[in-house]
Amino acid sequence: MRTVLPLGDELHRGAWRALALSTAVALDGVSQQFGSVVAVDDVSLTVESGEFFSLLGPSGSGKTTCLRMIAGFDLPTTGRIVIGGEDVTSVPPYRRTVNTVFQDYALFPHMSVAENVAYPLMVRGSDKRTRVQRTNEMLELVQLSGLENRRPGALSGGQRQRVALARALINAPPVLLLDEPLGALDLKLRQQMQIELKALQRQLGITFIYVTHDQEEALSMSDRLAVFREGRIEQVGSPQSVYDTPKTAFVAGFVGSANILTREQAEALGLSPVTTALRPEKIHLHINGDGSQKGLVHCQGRLVGRQFLGINTRFEVEISQGLVLDVIRQNTLDQILPEPEQQVTLSWRVEDVRMLEPV
Amino acid sequence: MTDITMTAAGWPRMRRKLSDGLFQHPVLFLLLLLAPPLIWLGIIYLGSLFALLAQSFFYIDEFSGVVVREFSLRTFAELFTPANMDIVLRTVVMAATVTVAAAVIAFPLAYYMSHYTGPGMKAVFYLAVMLPLWSSYLVRVYAWKLILAHEGIISWFFARLGLSGLLDGILAIPIIGGASLSVSYIGMFLVFLYIWLPFMILPIQAAIERIPRSLLDASADLGGHPGQTFRKIVLPLAFPGVVAGSIFTFSLTLGDYIIPGIIGSSRLVIGQAVYVHQGTAGNIPLAAAFSVVPIAIMAIYLTIARRLGAFDAL
Repeated sequence: MRTVLPLGDELHRGAWRALALSTAVALDGVSQQFGSVVAVDDVSLTVESGEFFSLLGPSGSGKTTCLRMIAGFDLPTTGRIVIGGEDVTSVPPYRRTVNTVFQDYALFPHMSVAENVAYPLMVRGSDKRTRVQRTNEMLELVQLSGLENRRPGALSGGQRQRVALARALINAPPVLLLDEPLGALDLKLRQQMQIELKALQRQLGITFIYVTHDQEEALSMSDRLAVFREGRIEQVGSPQSVYDTPKTAFVAGFVGSANILTREQAEALGLSPVTTALRPEKIHLHINGDGSQKGLVHCQGRLVGRQFLGINTRFEVEISQGLVLDVIRQNTLDQILPEPEQQVTLSWRVEDVRMLEPV
Repeated sequence: MTDITMTAAGWPRMRRKLSDGLFQHPVLFLLLLLAPPLIWLGIIYLGSLFALLAQSFFYIDEFSGVVVREFSLRTFAELFTPANMDIVLRTVVMAATVTVAAAVIAFPLAYYMSHYTGPGMKAVFYLAVMLPLWSSYLVRVYAWKLILAHEGIISWFFARLGLSGLLDGILAIPIIGGASLSVSYIGMFLVFLYIWLPFMILPIQAAIERIPRSLLDASADLGGHPGQTFRKIVLPLAFPGVVAGSIFTFSLTLGDYIIPGIIGSSRLVIGQAVYVHQGTAGNIPLAAAFSVVPIAIMAIYLTIARRLGAFDAL
């Protein structure tokens, strides 16, 4: 997908640019209730044009329901949805200017690859020449030329994903919605597709709204992300700001890993008496309790667990009764791994300690 | 197995040997499992059918009335006399009409059952569809005879609405009309439709249920209006179910001889012709030839269905 843009693309880039108002999609106080279950609870968010925006959260947190409401498959119980400056709250999906890549790809099994990709043009009544030309362009874009006549059933998972992508992009939508599109692929292919998707988004310059439960995926691909929990948004921001300055214990624990200290534990360590997060990789571990450097917090502990993870090693250090901190250290050549039960010294910078909102 | 002086401890060992042997020879195991049903299907079921069909190549001696057991096509030629072709045509038209009407009624119902009902409501629908099949076929046909009779509830209902003239007008239509609904082709059609409808609903419902919901979402998402989604996605994917259902309704109507005997006129359908020729008339070759007709029609029907791509989505 990092190939040269196919013919005709200038035209679509123009169309996309023309639609580039500053706000691509906005949710305004949107809620979704199924009977007594509140799937989405008063969610407001704004996605800028050309942005790669991720909705990140565990399953059942309301992120997919939000996406389905943007696409128009589910209508919000309350609230407003605006796409491209137009209120589409009660507009049916077939009249919205967004397209979706589904988790199961939702390819039509009775149609060939070419027919699947051309479907949006076919229902719009485009003439056959345009259909064939645009389909070939899209298949070239996703590197599937030559598979036009295959049925989806005869494709691999990765190929199906590309067909779904080509089909969703053929109408040149200003906003593309992606519902865990890489969930069914194995790790290597997923990593490759992450890079390709991101490159494609940059190349086309369109807005991606990307639903995922994989924090690594969200961190590596997004311009901004929203962390969902139990139907609400906990935090919105760039990957770095969400990772470095989590507002709540949930965000600190879900995006990356964190040592969460209660206010009592924090106080016992000489920190402010509030709930506190400390990233495992920000803690230094020394075998010899050497010099106390300025600006560092020190404490002694006993190594109770050690996991070798290849690129780094995870240590569990008990620093007081019932308080065990996770520490992650890069595996560099010159370091000796401390043995379990050994006394170690931990230190961290004061500014790496994150004070969280009370739960 | 030949060891007669087997000890008590020998049994488990025997059994293990046997199961090991079957595990190592899966083809033998499969044959053992399949032998009883294959014998049943091959000899008793298909055998009797072929024995009957073979009769259709014999003929009856016109003077003595005795069946001549020689190969001949003259019985088949007899099928093409105007009187017999009339029977075939009447039956085929009736079966086709019933099938089309059943599909038209069954599709929306099956669609609703598949996509709009919760598990509880779905059970109610299944029950409602299947319930008539639990009572006697004859009882239901006779019940319809009462409903359709001149003194029946339909006539009464039309009279109460002041529409008796309309009903009389419908019954006055040549061929499909008659003295009352219970002796007309309209009545026969209604009863066939009622009796065979479950056999159309259930396969269509099963086919629609297999269409993932996300395909319908995808079609709408890509700009397909509800009508286009139905024509381009739902109908092609549910078509094998419609064909399966129509095989039931079409062949069951083709072969039935009880409903036309109770409801309808004295003009015969294929089932009655078979019944009459093998019974009172003693013309077993002609009865056999008649019974080849539905088989031939079904073969043609399935060929056309396959040409239309009915089984492409399977």
